[in-house]
Amino acid sequence: MQQHLTRLSAADIAAAISDGDVSATEVTRAHLDRIAEVDERVHAFLHIDDEGALATAAAVDAKRKAGEPLGPLAGVPLALKDVMTMRGIPTTCGSRILEGWRPPYDSTVVERLRAADVVILGKTNMDEFAMGSSTEHSAYGPSHNPWDLDRIPGGSGGGSAAAIAAFEAPLAIGTDTGGSIRQPAAVTGTVGVKPTYGGVSRFGLVALASSLDQAGPCARTVEDAALLHAAIAGHDPRDSTSLTDPVPAVVEAARRGDVRGLRVGLVKELSGEGYQAGVTQRFNEAVDILTELGAEVVEVSCPHFDYALAAYYLILPAEASSNLARFDGMRFGLRAGDTGELGVEEVMSLTREAGFGAEVKRRIMIGTYALSSGYYDAYYGQAQKVRTLIQRDFAAAFEQADVLISPTAPTTAFRIGEKVDDPIAMYLNDVATIPVNLAGNCAMSLPIGLAPEDGLPVGLQIMAPARADERLYNAGAALEAALRDRWGHLLIEEAPAL
Amino acid sequence: MGFMPTISRDEVAHLARLARLDLREDELDHYAEQLDIILASVARVAEVAAADVPATSHPIPLTNVMRADVARVWLTAEEALSGAPASDGRRFRVPRILDEE
Repeated sequence: MQQHLTRLSAADIAAAISDGDVSATEVTRAHLDRIAEVDERVHAFLHIDDEGALATAAAVDAKRKAGEPLGPLAGVPLALKDVMTMRGIPTTCGSRILEGWRPPYDSTVVERLRAADVVILGKTNMDEFAMGSSTEHSAYGPSHNPWDLDRIPGGSGGGSAAAIAAFEAPLAIGTDTGGSIRQPAAVTGTVGVKPTYGGVSRFGLVALASSLDQAGPCARTVEDAALLHAAIAGHDPRDSTSLTDPVPAVVEAARRGDVRGLRVGLVKELSGEGYQAGVTQRFNEAVDILTELGAEVVEVSCPHFDYALAAYYLILPAEASSNLARFDGMRFGLRAGDTGELGVEEVMSLTREAGFGAEVKRRIMIGTYALSSGYYDAYYGQAQKVRTLIQRDFAAAFEQADVLISPTAPTTAFRIGEKVDDPIAMYLNDVATIPVNLAGNCAMSLPIGLAPEDGLPVGLQIMAPARADERLYNAGAALEAALRDRWGHLLIEEAPAL
Repeated sequence: MGFMPTISRDEVAHLARLARLDLREDELDHYAEQLDIILASVARVAEVAAADVPATSHPIPLTNVMRADVARVWLTAEEALSGAPASDGRRFRVPRILDEE
């Protein structure tokens, strides 16, 4: 029974708890046991909060006993990316500069998870300050892909994706600035969604690039992702970029899963050269399935997507260099070199040198360069114009199609160490996911099979216009159901036993 | 590919100073090489004809988002200082900020 509990979906766990078939405490213990059993090899977690998790579970069990109504995720365990503040629980963002910091407040996402009686198991590993596509830039060592422990689980939210793929938790929170939810989902055979910008509050999310960052759900099924999305989304007056619109009907859409008559656009620029053969093969098969299901598949062109990566690697470092100025060794985190003789600027420089890793320093310097006088117009200003053109490409494409699709990542999971000191090769992982962040609309990655050449998961990306997140869940659920019929199970159930 | 050096070691040292990063000598060499490659790659944005295109700084246009100016309970001084590297119990203690060049 214990092992079995960790294989259930979030929806099934919540139903079992609500029906009294199992207690939230038993569910939580089963997941903590699973973490104790496998996380030494997976390294999905940076911190486990057994005590807090069991206390929440006990509260859920008490509520049920008292006959109080339980929400749709009450008692369901969740792994939280370490970029999200949680009162009293270490929050490092994968960096030495925040080692040991315990935030004095909850992020809005955590507040909403608490209100939904979700059991937060702990904090997951990530590339330092969410800069990376592999978790190799974590100051605490990489996480490992449960499909092959010598490979990366994607990044920056590789810990969250690995935790789900290793059955350490049925749900996780990720954040997606250029693909950090979707690319890890793709390479671990799980589901990940980047909501519309402003759909989920950024209050308490340690900022990387404020105009791109968005938190979202990670899960093993489309329905579970929708349940989590609905729990964390919605207006928050503490985030001035938070949308005031009602939350899209994502759960209903995930339960509908009907693509008959849906216009699906294939993005010409997100295919071909640079995409692994097995990724392209599985993608083409998925397109055929969508056609069989009654979708109307058309080809669309988004010519400026070819410049998205370049624009992103100017805009992101520019915003990051500014956001990361707060890590100055004065109010929280590390302070180095404060011997009493040195002045504040020297202490700041020594602190940042000691506390930041190589990729963070690289991006801070690129951002500083892009924002410096003389280069501002040519780099940052021009990148912002390209951003407008990418938005226009999306707008034109969404006149021809209701959703757009592409492979999520050009390749399956690569080996740990393969690209760690080749920034350009690493950046190319995000080529298909970045346009969505620049435009602010929403996207999902879901598993569509294993690449024949290496037996590793392939992800398909569905993109929808801003505020139309429900379209992702409708199309995703249809494709997931068709694949499940074909395989007789979810792809993740084929992952090797750990 | 036509590769054009865009950044020198001295410029990297200048950037590091602006960004308050006390880089080591070997880091300066390494970053000079890498930033050169990265900047040559992102300079592609210049190929796009965009003279008459407005800039987008924010994906979803929102203007003048205001909230009511109401006092509320937030962090206590103790909570705000709880993560400080040094404090005197009421204030953040910082290294000297005057008498510098």
